[in-house]
Amino acid sequence: MGAPAGGATVTEPGRPVAANPGPAAAKARAAASARTRAERRLGWALCAPAAIVIVAVTAYPIGYAIYLSLQRYDLRFPGASKFVGLSNYGTVLSSSLWWQALAITMIIAAISVAIELVLGMGLALVMQRALFGRGLIRTVVLIPYGIVTVVAAFGWKYAWTPNTGYLSGLFGDSAPLTERTWGIAVIILAEVWKTTPFMALLLLAGLALVPDDLQRAAKVDGAGAWARFVRITLPLMKPAILVALLFRLLDAFRIFDNIYILTGGAADTRSVSILGYDNLFTALNLGIGSSLSVLIFIVVAIIAFIFVRLFGAAAPGREAQP
Amino acid sequence: MTAITSTSAAPASARARTRRASGPPARALAGWTVANLVILGLSLLPLLWLVSLSFKTPASISDGGFWPSHWTTANYRGIFTTSLFTRALINSIGIALIATLLAVVIGSMAAYAIARLAFPGKGLLVGLSLLIAMFPQISLVSPLFNLWRQLGLFDTWPGLIIPYLTFSLPLAIYTLSAFFREIPWDLERAAEVDGATPLQAFMKVIAPLAAPGMVTTAILVFIFCWNDFLFAISLTSTNSARTVPAAIAFFTGASQFAEPIGSIAAAAVIITIPIIVFVLLFQRRIVAGLTSGAVKG
Repeated sequence: MGAPAGGATVTEPGRPVAANPGPAAAKARAAASARTRAERRLGWALCAPAAIVIVAVTAYPIGYAIYLSLQRYDLRFPGASKFVGLSNYGTVLSSSLWWQALAITMIIAAISVAIELVLGMGLALVMQRALFGRGLIRTVVLIPYGIVTVVAAFGWKYAWTPNTGYLSGLFGDSAPLTERTWGIAVIILAEVWKTTPFMALLLLAGLALVPDDLQRAAKVDGAGAWARFVRITLPLMKPAILVALLFRLLDAFRIFDNIYILTGGAADTRSVSILGYDNLFTALNLGIGSSLSVLIFIVVAIIAFIFVRLFGAAAPGREAQP
Repeated sequence: MTAITSTSAAPASARARTRRASGPPARALAGWTVANLVILGLSLLPLLWLVSLSFKTPASISDGGFWPSHWTTANYRGIFTTSLFTRALINSIGIALIATLLAVVIGSMAAYAIARLAFPGKGLLVGLSLLIAMFPQISLVSPLFNLWRQLGLFDTWPGLIIPYLTFSLPLAIYTLSAFFREIPWDLERAAEVDGATPLQAFMKVIAPLAAPGMVTTAILVFIFCWNDFLFAISLTSTNSARTVPAAIAFFTGASQFAEPIGSIAAAAVIITIPIIVFVLLFQRRIVAGLTSGAVKG
């Protein structure tokens, strides 16, 4: 009982108070461990509802999706369902539609996130540095962020609709939304418009972490605005930029609303989400639709994994620790 | 001071000094004005366009002008006379409000535990909710579609509330735990010294202090639920649970091929109004909420 404390007296003879804590400390320790246990129980109890909802509505359905993806399951002939192993995956992976949709999704995600990063950084700098109107700008950019994606998509769609839209005459008499390259360009435009403010706000928070003293010191040393931005601001903002990129990249990969409204997936502008939806609700093929669901989930997991491994962008997971 | 090290810089810095005395230099002012106007214009353009379309008469819809040549409120009167829109509006409001309430309550409990308590499995929950934040919704559509039909949840309010709650919980937990960490916790200890249990400390001391964070979270979650389209078109089939974004996509015009542009624009403007109200009233909170969870760490 008192043995460790006795050891302490030998090494630290100058601190007799700590030497013999006696039964009071033992009681305190017991109380502390009871407290720890109560804290644990409360922690679990408070987290239980969230954990249950999350697991019940995602983990279980994903398992069910895996099960469905191994079945031949056509909603028009529900009686004819049977276990077919991996053949649905074979069908999907050997289909050019899947690879095309994957490529289109990657292209849209990569280009729009790249543009958003540049514009978002510019917007963040304006929101931080503008001599006046900062409050107004911070308010106004929340409108693209908050507006319903479908609403904004209709706005862009009618802007490019021949004879109706104010932008339709821009490139002659063409109907850009019926053509692949232009269709994708308009989809990217709609995506960039909607999400640049979000990117900018994440970057603005990162900008706030760059100390003013450092900027001023560099200025005194004769560094120009661009040099200061590249040498000081960017490196210090790296964690914020990586988190913003990861969030937006995975979000852009799920793109559905804009494409559904703008082109409906016509002219080979389907994203993987559109392809999955079409297989489920147009082709009514639950087996194939489910295997698409599982494949999309796997691709997202791979992207996240690579990102975290490559750049160490684990910050969002770490941040919640106190 | 720069004049000592570099003679050529002397006149420039002198000029800069005199300018600073009389307020910011005119060129900088002009530059920021242009930048602000560009951002203002680009942010509002698609919305103004929809507002304009919603006031156009059917004949002038395809005249290509940005502003209506003849103003009419017929589109608004039209959508409010069809149950297709009014019912969808009720669905949207009800479903988003209930999902928001649940997410804030359940999220607050979890966020409090994450921000304040030490317990094993905390990291797992944080990781799990991070995973959900990035989860592709389409992956849930096919299993939920089938499950909901078997459970009788297809085309009902709970059928949409449940997935909305799930996908907004990560957002709620992050935002709330960021806010909760800012709270002066000595007050909690003081309450516990005065004999309050941890639960009482939570209910009586912390919850009122946490209210601003909860309001912010509620706004963000509401916007998220209000915005959803994929679940809304996949897990509903009739008016009984279809929300406005989904209903708009199924608006039909006089003929099968003519999209009722005026009605769609009017409905689009109506469901943008709450967003604008939130933005105008809670601009600071929304910005704080969006940035709080993202950068710390």
